[in-house]
Amino acid sequence: MAFRLRVVPEKTNIDFFQFQWITFGGSILLMVAAFVVWGVMGLNYGIDFKGGTTIRTEASQPVDVAAYRAALEGLPLGDVLITEVFDPSFGADKHVAQIRLAAQDATQAVSPEIIVEVEEALLKVDPSITFPSVESVGPKVSSELVWSSILAVAATSIAVLLYIWMRFEWQMALGGVLALLHDVFITIGIFALFQIKFDLSIIAALLTILGYSINDTVVVFDRLRENLVKYKTMPLRDVMNLSVNETLSRTIMTSGTTLIAVGAMLVFGGDVIRGFTLAIFIGVLLGTYSSVYVAKNIVLFIGLDRSDKPKKDPKAGTDFANIDA
Amino acid sequence: MQTPLWKRVLIWAICAMGLLYAMPNLFYTQVEQHNDAVAAIAQNDGVATPEEQAQVALWPNWLPSGLVNLGLDLRGGAHLLAEVQVADVYADRIDALWPEVRDALRTERATVGSVRREPSEPGTLKVRISSPDGMAKALEVVRGLAQPVTTLTGVGQSSLDVSAEGDTITVQLSEAERAATDSRTVQQSLEIIRRRIDEVGTREPTIQRQGEDRILIQVPGIGSAAELKSLIGTTARLTFNPVVGRTTNGNEAVDPRNALLPSLNEEGVFYVIEKAPVVSGEDLTDAQPAFDQNGRPAVNFRFNPTGARAFGDYTANNIGSPFAIVLDDEVISAPVIQDHIPGGSGIITGNFSVEESTELAVLLRAGALPAELVFLEERTIGPELGQDSIDAGRVAAIIAMVAVAAVMIASYGLFGVFATVALVINMALIFAVLSIIGGTLTLPGIAGIVLTIGMAVDANVLVFERIREELRIQKGPARAIEIGYERAMSAIVDANLTTLITACVLFFFGAGPVRGFAVVLAIGIVTSVFTALLVTRQIIELWFGWRRPKAITV
Repeated sequence: MAFRLRVVPEKTNIDFFQFQWITFGGSILLMVAAFVVWGVMGLNYGIDFKGGTTIRTEASQPVDVAAYRAALEGLPLGDVLITEVFDPSFGADKHVAQIRLAAQDATQAVSPEIIVEVEEALLKVDPSITFPSVESVGPKVSSELVWSSILAVAATSIAVLLYIWMRFEWQMALGGVLALLHDVFITIGIFALFQIKFDLSIIAALLTILGYSINDTVVVFDRLRENLVKYKTMPLRDVMNLSVNETLSRTIMTSGTTLIAVGAMLVFGGDVIRGFTLAIFIGVLLGTYSSVYVAKNIVLFIGLDRSDKPKKDPKAGTDFANIDA
Repeated sequence: MQTPLWKRVLIWAICAMGLLYAMPNLFYTQVEQHNDAVAAIAQNDGVATPEEQAQVALWPNWLPSGLVNLGLDLRGGAHLLAEVQVADVYADRIDALWPEVRDALRTERATVGSVRREPSEPGTLKVRISSPDGMAKALEVVRGLAQPVTTLTGVGQSSLDVSAEGDTITVQLSEAERAATDSRTVQQSLEIIRRRIDEVGTREPTIQRQGEDRILIQVPGIGSAAELKSLIGTTARLTFNPVVGRTTNGNEAVDPRNALLPSLNEEGVFYVIEKAPVVSGEDLTDAQPAFDQNGRPAVNFRFNPTGARAFGDYTANNIGSPFAIVLDDEVISAPVIQDHIPGGSGIITGNFSVEESTELAVLLRAGALPAELVFLEERTIGPELGQDSIDAGRVAAIIAMVAVAAVMIASYGLFGVFATVALVINMALIFAVLSIIGGTLTLPGIAGIVLTIGMAVDANVLVFERIREELRIQKGPARAIEIGYERAMSAIVDANLTTLITACVLFFFGAGPVRGFAVVLAIGIVTSVFTALLVTRQIIELWFGWRRPKAITV
């Protein structure tokens, strides 16, 4: 037999419910912790959500944050936040900083005159500075973006809930969506804990996590549905364990390749999009975990009605042939 | 285990098309130059310069030349989100209504008495009549000036809300008329912005309406948002007004019918002008940058017949007195009328640079914006930053591809190689679809491609794992492969449809770069199901038919 990389042994028989008070309880605890951190520390909202301006500077000399700050002190700008940006792809003579200005007006973006003043002040500190990007968002738009983002996450969750309900059972739909929210909220908690910039692209990442995580959960549920028909008398808990064990190799494989790809983007994809890829990376990890340890626990708690199973042949009414050789 | 011939032909034809249409993207700069040159030649009615001919030759004409559009965050450029201050127009409309109301009421002087306009907030007209007994008649007359508004919800609504209180009539635009006006104002602003940007001839600008009263403007390749803003101009309202006087006192009290405006070129000089213009910019038909007798930059203009008549009459009656050329509440110049100007054309001189005179001509030609624009979002992305992002994304994608292929081959051997071939075809298909539909690739879109590299093999993993299981329970290789594909089908379809749902939500809620990500994600899902289910199966069938193995290892 040829060599095969096997992360998961051919046949596993792990009882995924054995330590459910630790795993599932841990998930609940983590979710509560995420909410607490989110509530107490708040998120480091980007200009998309808070209004304001970010200016990216690039210079051949090292960034002197104190000198930059001193140069901007004289200007009537309000809060100014200066952070240096690091990335493995930057050469020795490339020094990047991000300057964040608070919103200057109740509705509008920052006027070009102010930007010009800021740029001139910085050029006095270091004439080699260039400004590869300047982005400004007025508070009026940003408050709308907050709402449309919340709507987007809610709409996706409901759409997924309805789809799984249609294709599976309502208990699975509920379990699947709760697992999704688990992934999303813990990711938000991590962003709050480390005060990573939270902007519109992070919302896109969260929605992607929703998509990925449900993908994983659906594969487990699909196998569960199949096994429920096959083993009509086996206790629900054992059927669930069997299903997860049977799909474990695939779950690990797919998460593995996805994490490899997203990891490559995280390391080599540049700093502009790092927050986005980081959110997806965390979400894929959590999504894998939750499809094994969270979604089906919820289904087990609610319980499935298996009495009328013969009528609910899962393959009936679908386009896919049910071939049993 | 044989797929019908037509199906096999179709699958391979789609793959071949995919590779063919994705190919131009590998030679992005050449193809882009080729396309630009072809467009330039078409514009010059087929006349080509040697340089353009050389550029056309960079890419053969018979090959597809569609390219993936690069988003603003990759190409660099400026992005503006403007809000049209639609309420501005109400005030103008109401002010224009006053003479009409006045004249109409004067014909009924016997019943309503004398008429006076009372001060009121912008957008409302308050008229006092001296005999309140005639109010019923006055209301009837004013209401007679209204026109029916046709809306989606119904016809027959009046354009004006007219009410009376004591001896005062209040006139406002009705709800329906405001909605109709708003829509027209935004549409008009959109057209004018489009014309002004097209005048400069930049590549593929995006100018679209967003929501009720917003306009999104994206122009790749422009230096900064500030530059774009000055190109759009603010309102560029040109009028020709009679001059009453000239002063250096900026606080001088003037008659309410007159206005005190600063001079554009002379520091500290103000002109008192009559508010009612002789001719306004709407009557302009053409404006061109030119030079005056002394060789200084100037702008030539021409009026339409109405404007020409008004201008001709005015100049004939006012020889020797100055008139002001006013642009956006600043006096560009105030020449003295030397002679009767009958032809309706003239020249504006001032201390312009050549660029300024060109820009002014563009602004005048495009017409005035009907209302002020307030900018809610401004973004400038430099081309170098975009190029850095492309380079970083390319490196990340290649590394991701190689690593995923290595894991697949290590895990599934020959079948892993098949999956890798499918993955490469998948990438080509994504680029082909993006090129054909003219989709835009953004930085999150690149992340979407990398994510697809990781997730696309999922369908293959599902199938291969299933084949392994079937092999374990002693099925023949051919049967195991067949059942593997069939049994994995429902999981693959369910899993991918749910992801497709999220991609759709992302598309509808997201804007700009995020939308680009949603498009890539959605295309990636469809192409990866196609390649993982159909293409790998074709490859496996070909291999199986060729080697006829007695046993297989997955």
